[in-house]
Amino acid sequence: MSGARGERLVELREVSCAYERDEVITGIDLSIDAGEFVGVVGPSGSGKTTLLRTIAGSVQPVGGRVQRRARLRVAYVPQVETINWSFPVTVQECVLMARVNGRRLPWASGAEKHAAAEVLARLGIEELGGRHIRELSGGQQQRVFIARALLGEPELLLMDEPTSGVDVRLRHEILHVLEELNDEGLAIVLTTHDLNGIAAHLPRLVCLNRTVIGDGSAGEVLTPDVLERTYGATMEVLEHGGMTVVVDRYHRHDHGTAADALREPTVR
Amino acid sequence: MIDELLAPFQFEFFRNGLIVATLAGALLGMIGVYVVLKGMSYIGHGLSHALFGGFAASALLGVNYLLGAGVWGIASALMINGVTRRRLIGSDAAIGVITTASFALGLALFAFFGSAGTNFDAALFGSILGVGTQDVIAIAVVCMLAATLIFLRYRVLLFTTFDPEVAEASGVNTARVDALLMVVLAGAILATMQVLGVTLVAAALVIPASTARMLTNAFSRMLWMSCSIGAVCGFVGMNLSYHLDVQSGPAIVLVAATLFAIVFVVTGPAKARRRLPAESAGRA
Repeated sequence: MSGARGERLVELREVSCAYERDEVITGIDLSIDAGEFVGVVGPSGSGKTTLLRTIAGSVQPVGGRVQRRARLRVAYVPQVETINWSFPVTVQECVLMARVNGRRLPWASGAEKHAAAEVLARLGIEELGGRHIRELSGGQQQRVFIARALLGEPELLLMDEPTSGVDVRLRHEILHVLEELNDEGLAIVLTTHDLNGIAAHLPRLVCLNRTVIGDGSAGEVLTPDVLERTYGATMEVLEHGGMTVVVDRYHRHDHGTAADALREPTVR
Repeated sequence: MIDELLAPFQFEFFRNGLIVATLAGALLGMIGVYVVLKGMSYIGHGLSHALFGGFAASALLGVNYLLGAGVWGIASALMINGVTRRRLIGSDAAIGVITTASFALGLALFAFFGSAGTNFDAALFGSILGVGTQDVIAIAVVCMLAATLIFLRYRVLLFTTFDPEVAEASGVNTARVDALLMVVLAGAILATMQVLGVTLVAAALVIPASTARMLTNAFSRMLWMSCSIGAVCGFVGMNLSYHLDVQSGPAIVLVAATLFAIVFVVTGPAKARRRLPAESAGRA
C-alpha cells in the first residue's frame, strides 16, 4: 500500500493558489513523507481544503511548484457534507468508483468485486455492499468513502474534515481506523477544526492561515503564539494528564467586561 | 378493436413516427438520468429552446435543419458548459441568457423573414407528419452513438456525476466529460425535436429519469429503467397521439407524466420510510 517510510511523496515550494482572482493560499512550503500522519488546522477560509486539493492535483497552483513522486497514488476523501446522499448509488457501486481507470466495461469484474468486498470487510462493513449510502449510520458512511479511497491502493490519503459534525464516539471510531491504516504505512493528511479531539493526538500538525504558520509536533505548534497567529484569537494551552488542551477565551463585549469573559473559558 | 389499434400501422409516416418516438423516449430517458442527477434539468429545457434559433436560421438559409441546428446546438451546449463551470455568475442565470437569447433570435428570424415553408407549430410542439426516413436514420445514429459512449464511459460518467471533485482528483478530466455529455445532449435534443417539439423535449428528458429514481436506489438499475420507461412512453404516447388526434409531443409527455404520478403515489410512503435519517446516527 505505501512507499518506504521517510520517502518524500509530495513537496510544495512557495505554492500559491487562487480562485478567479482571489489568492487563497500563498507561499506554502510543505513536504509529506511516506508513513506520515499530518493534521492541517486553521480557521474557516484559511485554505485547508485548497491545500488538500493542491496536493491531490485537482487545483493547479498559480505560483510555486508542486512535486509529486513519480506514479504516486493519491486518494481524496471529501467532506461528507458535500456528498449528495440522494444520489442512487449502493455502497458497492460507490466503492467501485475507485476503479474508474480500470477496464472499459460498465460492470465490475469478479476480481474488482472481490477487492471491493475485501476492503469493506477490512473496515467492518462487508455486509453493507447492497445498501444505499443514505441508509447507513454516520460512521458507516465515513467508512464507505475511506473504503473507496483504499480500493485505489493509495500511498497518500487526503481527508477533508473527516470528523466534522460527528459525536465523540464516532470521532474515536474514525481516528482509530485512520491510526490502523497509518500503522500499516499509509501516509495520511487530514484537515480538522477539532484541536483537542483530533489535532492534539496527531504526530505532526500544520497550522495554516493562507500560509503555513507552524509545522511540527503538537507540542511544538500548539502554543499560544502560533495559535493566535493562526486563528487571530487568544488561546491558552494547558497540559492535562499528559495531554495538550487548547482553551480559547471568548471576550463578551456586549454584556460584560473582558475580565468577566476570561472567567468563562471554553474548551475547543 | 384490434383492427382499430393496428390501423395506423398501414401508414408509413406513422411507422416512422413510432420508431422515432420509441427511440427518442429511450435516448432521452438514458441521457435524462445524468441530466437529472447533475441537477441540470434547466439546461435540457434551455438547450431545446436554444436549438430553436438554429432551426430557424437553417430554415431561412435553406440548409439541412439537422446540420444547421446541430452546429448551433453544439455551440450553445459548449457555451453553456463553459459558463456553468465558471463561478462568477450563477449557472442558472448564464443558461437563461444564452438559451433565451437563442430562442428569441429564432422567433425574430421567423418574424422578419417568414417561416419559409417550415411548420412553426411542429417545431414547437412536435409532429409525426414530417417524420421521414432521414429522421429515423438520424435518431438511430444518435441513439447508437449515445449508447456506445455511455457504455464505454460508464464509470467515468458515473464518478463525474456523483462526485466531480474526487473524480478530478482521481485523474478524470471532468471538464471534458461534462462537455461530452453536453454535446450528446444537444445531439439527442436535435434528433428528437421533430417528434417532441422544442417545448416538450425537456419533459421527456426529466420525467422518465425522475420516475426511475423513485423505483430504485441503484444507479445501474436507474439507467436501464429510465431508458425503458422513456421508450414505453414514446410508443404508447405516439399511438394515443394518432387515436386521440393530438400532437405527438403532448401525448408522449402526458403518458410519461401519468406514469410519474402513479409511481409517485405507489412508492411515496415506502420511499419516505426508507429515507428516514438513519444516517444521522453519530452526526451532530
